[in-house]
Amino acid sequence: MRSKVVLGRLLHNRQARYGGIALILLIALAYIGPYLGAYDWTDKDFLAFLSPPDADHWWGTTSIGQDMYAVTLRGMQKSIVIGLLVALFATGLAALVGAFAGYFGGWVDKVLMWGVDLLLVLPSFLIIAIISPRLRGASWLWFVVLLAAFAWMITSRVVRSMTLSLREREYVQAALYMGIPRWKIILRHIVPNLSSLLIIDATLNVSGAVIGEAALSFFGFGIQPPDVSLGTLIAEGARNATGYPWLFAFPAGLLVLLVLAINLIGDGLRDALDPGSNS
Amino acid sequence: MSILEVRDLTVTFPGGIQAVRGVSYDVAQGEVLGIVGESGSGKSVTSLAIMGLLPQNAVVSGSVKLHGQELLGMEEGELTRVRGKAISMIFQDPLSAFTPVYTIGEQIAEAVRVHQKVGKDKAARRAVELLDLVGIPHPDVRAKAFPHEFSGGMRQRAMIAMAIANDPDLLICDEPTTALDVTIQAQVLEVLKTAQAETGAGIVMITHDLGVIAGMADRVLVMYAGRPVEQGVVDDIYYRPRMPYTMGLLASIPRVDGEQDTLVPIEGNPPSPAALPPGCPFAPRCPMHIDACDDEEPPLTQIGGGRYVACIRSREIEHKGMTGADVFPVPVIPPSDVARVPREERETVLELDNLVRHYPLMKGAVFKRRVGTVHAVDGITFDIAEGETLALVGESGCGKTTTLQQIMQLTPPQSGRVVVLGKDSSRLDKAARKALRGDLQIVFQDPMAALDPRMPVGDIIAEPLRAHGRKNVSQRVAELLTLVGLAPEHAERYPQQFSGGQRQRIGIARALALEPKLIVLDEPVSALDVSIQAGVINLLEELKNRLGLSYLFVAHDLAVVRHLADRVAVMYLGRIAEIGAVENVYDRPAHPYTQALLSAIPLPDPEMERSRKRILLEGDLPSPADPPSGCRFRTRCPKFARLSEADKRRCVDEEPSVARLARAKDHGAACHYAEEIEVITASEHQEEQ
Repeated sequence: MRSKVVLGRLLHNRQARYGGIALILLIALAYIGPYLGAYDWTDKDFLAFLSPPDADHWWGTTSIGQDMYAVTLRGMQKSIVIGLLVALFATGLAALVGAFAGYFGGWVDKVLMWGVDLLLVLPSFLIIAIISPRLRGASWLWFVVLLAAFAWMITSRVVRSMTLSLREREYVQAALYMGIPRWKIILRHIVPNLSSLLIIDATLNVSGAVIGEAALSFFGFGIQPPDVSLGTLIAEGARNATGYPWLFAFPAGLLVLLVLAINLIGDGLRDALDPGSNS
Repeated sequence: MSILEVRDLTVTFPGGIQAVRGVSYDVAQGEVLGIVGESGSGKSVTSLAIMGLLPQNAVVSGSVKLHGQELLGMEEGELTRVRGKAISMIFQDPLSAFTPVYTIGEQIAEAVRVHQKVGKDKAARRAVELLDLVGIPHPDVRAKAFPHEFSGGMRQRAMIAMAIANDPDLLICDEPTTALDVTIQAQVLEVLKTAQAETGAGIVMITHDLGVIAGMADRVLVMYAGRPVEQGVVDDIYYRPRMPYTMGLLASIPRVDGEQDTLVPIEGNPPSPAALPPGCPFAPRCPMHIDACDDEEPPLTQIGGGRYVACIRSREIEHKGMTGADVFPVPVIPPSDVARVPREERETVLELDNLVRHYPLMKGAVFKRRVGTVHAVDGITFDIAEGETLALVGESGCGKTTTLQQIMQLTPPQSGRVVVLGKDSSRLDKAARKALRGDLQIVFQDPMAALDPRMPVGDIIAEPLRAHGRKNVSQRVAELLTLVGLAPEHAERYPQQFSGGQRQRIGIARALALEPKLIVLDEPVSALDVSIQAGVINLLEELKNRLGLSYLFVAHDLAVVRHLADRVAVMYLGRIAEIGAVENVYDRPAHPYTQALLSAIPLPDPEMERSRKRILLEGDLPSPADPPSGCRFRTRCPKFARLSEADKRRCVDEEPSVARLARAKDHGAACHYAEEIEVITASEHQEEQ
């Protein structure tokens, strides 16, 4: 019943519709777009270094003659997947750990929060630096796991404190008296009531992950050249943003569009889940 | 000579929401005007408008004259000189009306010094005098206490002391006793009367409790959807109402003297102020509704001395001498089959045997040590037979809720036994406990908090069904919604799209989903308005009779209990003071506490209220962390005070247990000197009828 009602409300929500369409277009651009361009992302055009956008190179070229259009779209394929997955993992983990710690209290709370505090004090960059050489050659999905693993702790503390107050609500007690297992109560009553916070957190995490991945790549971890991601492109393009704006504007613009689309979907989802909103 | 003249007062909030639409009244010196109405009828907004306390964005028009001086549109500086001096206000929640960081004495002295040129010492002395006047023991010591050190009743007294500090001409009381227990309410109302006698002020008393108004007011103004619909002398309003809404309101209140058989609910809900019906705002709910009612809103017209009614059919009502029961359809509730079987032959669904629940009182942040014990529930024993309703009544802090939680948790109690449907809670394994939960369900007090706001109603009701693996869930949900008087289409809506009464019906539907044998009702109607409350009470009664349910009903409203319960147990400080059949306990209470409790309840009957003698209790409930030795009630007991020294010894040394009274079959009291007396007498008016 709930999923049906929420889906209905989501489809009725104008923001969510626009956001959904934008996201689909962006994904289509990332995966279908390369076939439309004249160049492959590995091609180098030695006759055009740093040429501005023109009919041949739609979005211009880089300093080594790569076609920006092909390279940006190649980067976006990675970034969309990394951004979405990291946000999903990080927020999901934060919600589960926070809600379980807050709801059960006692030693469960102590152990989980001890873990959270430990991860908070450890310098995440150092850990990633130590681990990533061992992952060289392994799937880049490991990189998603690593990024997510260091992005959820603060949210989970917020979730925990909100759960502490939700736990005392009568509907949570009512569910317990109905004979519903505790883990189900958490998933069914506590997490949905935190959805506003979680959705905002997830949206922020998407852009955070794309940028964070770039920072790591810059230091030589994560996505390695010659492979590219939006993050690495933005990091490189930012240095020459005034002289050769196309190096920066296209990847950055796509990142803004991506985050905006996800933001719209998130807002719509929040409204659809929150019966108090009028839309 | 009237002190306050309100003429055609209207208040409009942004978005065109008209909260108050043309209120006019006068208050004379020494007169008490009662304003009654349900939540959202605009009664509080009216008084805030008079005080000039509404937010900036509210548009107020009309005229409010105090001693002929116009208050609306007055400059803030001048208004502050009037506020607290000529008009004072007493708010509902006394805790939020005091600043927590100053002592009570300082705050009262401040109120004095703001308006009078007196020295600090003199103001402080005046504060002590005022606290003494409102009956606070050891006022010189208590004046140095902080608000949180006062109990609710004491705070409300201090609030009254502050309000009368400058001899105001007008006191506005906004639900002054709603947050208090009945015995405390009786004390506070008594103090209000003293305060009025002392100052000779006029009082505007705003409340939803028709009993309080009957005892306090000289004249009554009934409000509905932001307008007064009836106004008159208190006796006229109560005995000869001329507007169907007033009639319905009076017919829908449960009465502690057990005068009526079935409550008469008013169907439907009050209109939203943003979407008022075209004609009379009450027309959609009115059983006397005719086409002419929809044409235009009837004005408040005078029909005889000081009596105003806004109804086009009021003449007709007057000629035919109709009452609420004539106008509103009286619901027919089918009788119960189980009730015919004698109680002893029925199955016992719940048995509590000497149940104990103590909480440790801990101190210290790092190294916790036990500094005491809260005796929340201290050995209570009762049982409920099939098809029976047992009510557990008592003031806040007496252990009702703890008892309830102990039953619902189905875990082994600290001491004693909880037996549900013949199964001892201490011998249940996980599967048996879950199975038993299907037979034991609960309805909570606050219908908003008890329903997950993020779940559609269909899912809420389906939840217990799915948890216990039932089939045909959606069909059963539709059935249940129909059973509690809602439509099956409502399943796709969220709880907040429903009104309070409807939400409580959803809560009841959820409790009924698994076809339980016993339902625990935790104050199921106390959060609802009277006209809605009657409908829910009737529904509960009907369901009980039709489905053969048993109820454990926890309440503080003794009038509702009388109406719904078969047996009643009165709790005081974690122990049962008196238990027995409702007729026995209400008509011949034997424990001094029950007697005081019953005599404290205001009756919606002005004549009876005037002639009643109240048994007023001294002080507040002692802390359950440190209950008195022997009989727990002795510190407040009016009977104990009259006993000889030798007899008193027994109360101090020996804790009384519930003993059956000699004359009655089902009636016991925990008092060494139990003696049945009649507290609620029938009025002459009722005898005539």
